[in-house]
Amino acid sequence: MIRVVLPPPLRILAHTGAEITVDVPGAVTQRSVLDAVERRYPMLRGTMRDHDTQRRRPLVRFFACEEDLSGEPPDAPLPEPVAEGKEPLLVIGAIAGG
Amino acid sequence: MSGVRVLVGTKKGAFVLTADGKRKDWAVSGPHFAGWEVYHMKGSPADPNRIYVSQSSGWFGQVLPRSDDGGKTWTTVGNKFTYDGVAGTHAWYDGSPHPWEFKRVWHLEPSLGDPDTVYAGVEDAAMFRSTDGGQNWEELSGLRKHGTGPRWQPGAGGLCLHTILIDPTNPKRIFIAISAAGAFRTTDGGATWTPINRGLHSQYIPDPNAEVGHCVHRLAMHRSRPDTLYMQKHWDVMRTDNAGDQWTEVSGNLPTDFGFVIDVNTNEPETIYVVPIKSDSEHYVHDGKLRVFRSKTGGNEWEPLTKGLPQKDCYVNVLRDAMSVDALDPCGVYFGTSGGQVYASPDGGDSWSPIVRDLPAVLSVEVQTLS
Repeated sequence: MIRVVLPPPLRILAHTGAEITVDVPGAVTQRSVLDAVERRYPMLRGTMRDHDTQRRRPLVRFFACEEDLSGEPPDAPLPEPVAEGKEPLLVIGAIAGG
Repeated sequence: MSGVRVLVGTKKGAFVLTADGKRKDWAVSGPHFAGWEVYHMKGSPADPNRIYVSQSSGWFGQVLPRSDDGGKTWTTVGNKFTYDGVAGTHAWYDGSPHPWEFKRVWHLEPSLGDPDTVYAGVEDAAMFRSTDGGQNWEELSGLRKHGTGPRWQPGAGGLCLHTILIDPTNPKRIFIAISAAGAFRTTDGGATWTPINRGLHSQYIPDPNAEVGHCVHRLAMHRSRPDTLYMQKHWDVMRTDNAGDQWTEVSGNLPTDFGFVIDVNTNEPETIYVVPIKSDSEHYVHDGKLRVFRSKTGGNEWEPLTKGLPQKDCYVNVLRDAMSVDALDPCGVYFGTSGGQVYASPDGGDSWSPIVRDLPAVLSVEVQTLS
């Protein structure tokens, strides 16, 4: 199982705690993990990436293993500890605005 | 026993305020959608338990909750707003072409007869319709593509479609308003649209009498007189008696005719309310006094309503969707402020008291009258 930590506004929306787990078939990438999150929590569709372009929303970031992976291609493999379920993928709302 | 339910959208969540027909003792529920901006929420006239909500965030975009039990529980429905065909461009602040990009829903207007049909006014300005309770949305692109769209420019708050009025005698006739493009009318349910801005005069655009480019802040209609519309423009309070073919100014003796809200008394079609705001650079009430102005003559002659409202050191704003009226007699009038107060008058504006004083900044106020 892949571990994902959601930011507080998305926890409220999805009625979850901070960390969720999803089953990701095949390669573990940003795209496949987000696909799995949105399958399980359809109310999150459109909140982390654009419905049509699938581009990451500008004020959303993806961190894991103390690295900012936001600029990585969506089909690049995530770090091994994330794929092994040892470390979570962190979905972060940028520090901006009020 | 009749009652009212006041739906309040704020910068950091939604609140539901309820009272019986006396409108004295209030119960407060919320915050719903804590931390999210709630630009607007509105109940279906055909089924008051059906409530649609525009929930949005600069970080996480647009979400659209719906309640089928009067606001006790919420289900997230569709949030995919895709412009029809090639989106094209509108004018940016500097006049250059700028791609149309969806940002948020400003206003939700449920159909008068069908709880599953609802219209959404969005930024960048466009009108969408859902006929399945908000699950799927289709743009009524005849508005954006009728010809003047590439010339529309945003107001300070964005290029937003913020007002939708459905003619109760003919649901295919709908009036909408866009900041800062102006007012528009359809008579065929949204397929084709006509700008209705003749008589508006705006000195902040190169041609003050242009067909489009006017910063209309709000329209209001009395259900018994759908040809008569009232308008709070950026500056100027206006009225038309021929469905927008020609507007005339009715600012009269107002201390300032800048403002955002305008509404009509449910029982008196010539009794209207505005909250004058000092100026477009000072978005707070005039003279440090929170005053609603009422005209019982459809404009021109205005009286300040002050009983129960702060009359010194008050510097709040009242935004365009933040006033509403109930359907009781005497008519209840409600408005919310940027300071987080929601005021109610159970007697048509003669006296006011706060329902709540310390909410986040209020973005919208809608009232449902319950039987």
